[in-house]
Amino acid sequence: MSRPVYLGVDVGSVSTNVALLDAECLKVVEKVYFRTQGQPILSLQRALSQIAGRGQWQVLGVGATGSARRLAGVILGADVVKNEITAHALAALHVEKAVQTIIEIGGQDSKLIILRNGVVTDFAMNTVCAAGTGSFLDQQAARLGIPIEEFGEIALKGRHPVRIAGRCTVFAESDMIHKQQLGHNLADILAGLCDAMVRNYLNNVGKGKEIREKIIFQGGVAANKGMRKAFESALGTEVTVPEHYDVMGAIGAALLAAEHLQSSKRTSFHGFTITESVYQNQSRDCRDCPNNCELVDIVKDGEVIASWGSRCGKADWGLDQISREASAFSAMMS
Amino acid sequence: MKITFPHMGNLYIAIEALLGELGHEFVVPPKSSKRTLTLGTKYSPETICLPLKLGVGNLLEGIELGADTALMVGGRGPCRLGYYAALQQEILYDLGKEINFIVLDHPKEDFTRLKSQVVPLVQKGGLRALAKGVALAWEKLKAVEKLERTAHFVRPREAKPRATTQALNRALQELRRLGSIRDIRRRCREECDNLLALASTNAQRPIKVGIVGEIYTILEPFANLDLEERLGYLGVEVFRTVSLARWLRNNVILSSLGLYRSWKLRINARGYLRAPVGGHGLDTVAQTAALACKGYDGAVHILPFTCMPEIVAQCVLPNVSSDCRIPVLSLVVDEHTGETGFQTRLEAFVDLLSRQRKGGAGYEPACLSWS
Repeated sequence: MSRPVYLGVDVGSVSTNVALLDAECLKVVEKVYFRTQGQPILSLQRALSQIAGRGQWQVLGVGATGSARRLAGVILGADVVKNEITAHALAALHVEKAVQTIIEIGGQDSKLIILRNGVVTDFAMNTVCAAGTGSFLDQQAARLGIPIEEFGEIALKGRHPVRIAGRCTVFAESDMIHKQQLGHNLADILAGLCDAMVRNYLNNVGKGKEIREKIIFQGGVAANKGMRKAFESALGTEVTVPEHYDVMGAIGAALLAAEHLQSSKRTSFHGFTITESVYQNQSRDCRDCPNNCELVDIVKDGEVIASWGSRCGKADWGLDQISREASAFSAMMS
Repeated sequence: MKITFPHMGNLYIAIEALLGELGHEFVVPPKSSKRTLTLGTKYSPETICLPLKLGVGNLLEGIELGADTALMVGGRGPCRLGYYAALQQEILYDLGKEINFIVLDHPKEDFTRLKSQVVPLVQKGGLRALAKGVALAWEKLKAVEKLERTAHFVRPREAKPRATTQALNRALQELRRLGSIRDIRRRCREECDNLLALASTNAQRPIKVGIVGEIYTILEPFANLDLEERLGYLGVEVFRTVSLARWLRNNVILSSLGLYRSWKLRINARGYLRAPVGGHGLDTVAQTAALACKGYDGAVHILPFTCMPEIVAQCVLPNVSSDCRIPVLSLVVDEHTGETGFQTRLEAFVDLLSRQRKGGAGYEPACLSWS
């Protein structure tokens, strides 16, 4: 017999995450964490086929989030398409009702979400700079020839973290190389890098924000124990990393779908068969005005199912319906 | 003499009415586009604000269409904009485009200079044409703002997606043709009714957000990445705290006669800012406080990168936000602004507002930052 579940999908810059929540207790049943590797559709299909292979599922609702949420939404036939901030906040609240601060560091985003009494009251996101996000840590691990999974363990062994200039990743790298050439050991340098990243995060994203307990640290970078320790020592308090820290966005999306489907009809999910479809997207330049918008047609098995990218709105179909539903949803919630 | 001028939202509708009535040849440059921005950015200083860059682009595109004279505002203004006419002339001169500049200063600053600039404009048509042109332009400006206000009201309630924007654009183009004040008034009423008819009757009470900040980035949709439309599609009723007609009435006409004092702004900004800090800095702070009193759900603060007056205001806003209990989202725009990040922040902000409304008591509003 197939099990009733809600499906949440988070297609981000670096990873594609899928989570299945039990329809009764809203607990995580299955999860997949996949590298996007610049191919959002393909990685989404792979992630889904893996999930589909793990059991018999009856999907009651689908939510999509992440920077490719529109794309994922159209491909899946998602019921809800929501931004990452809302999704992450909901997921953290689901895990810990008393959470007041969420630190979320992903591939290229770092966010700080402040909640009071279970409602988001403030958020901040990195803007001009991706210093201190997962991509940079990835890159440095690759440069030093250590697997990213071991980064945190090694950093924890650092007894005397060296001071590294963390404002800009390029300068941080020069500084790290400089410290290496002076003969500092790897553990101290990695620990120093974690400190620098945390310092940078708190100065930029956390500027002027009141960080209260209970603090939840999530996103791909939360796997890094060195970063967690650096946060704890900088904030002088405990920082919790939830069990499913890596797929919190997807959990949030699934929760949104559950919330949405309570009040409405059936899901618009296209089914797991989408993993067998062939998507061939086409880009084209619109020449109707000097904006020269780059339009994208999403083509499924030879048929255009959505198209967007125009400033004037003439090629914004397929997702209009979704965003409309989403806004009708927020109106309904209010 | 063939005149061109930089764009600022739909202001061109009023300017072309005035120039047409005065009997001048003129070129309305193409609406600001990526090309305008590319041209402007290429020839402007890197850290100057977006209004100059787009202005340079507009003028260059106007010159391409055969213009030989540029119309610009000047004045020892409270921000850098007052200097932009001179700067644009220099930039164009360096590019080998020696075009005339007609710079309209504030009447109070140097009346003789203003007169010397206006004379060549008026010579052809005479004072009677000037009076009619000004009246027509003024009426059109008011009509444009009324239509835009109506569209802001209708957009979150529209029954058919994007119908409002299409109807608004059509109405604005209609407005351009009209040549008498009576026609303009009648047409404006009709078009407003048409717009209102697009609203669905059973719409819920939408989230209400006020837009504060720097005037150019508020008025020019290309500069603010269609902020008002985006918010509208997210189901938000937008209120623009800046009105060009009101600004001209207060800051040019009344203040030249010594009749306008910014008492109201100062009262609203009391406790945060005591003096105008240039540009719309004081307005931003005062209007944000006023929005909170009027029961708005939130405020969106928009400013061009490197805008000094608004940076001052931005530093004050967190206090206004927490004292007056109104969430504020500050957005900084320039040629590097990414669309995805912009949209994500707006969506998250709207979510926050709707969930706070649902959550009712017990929330602590905060000032959101773009950082």
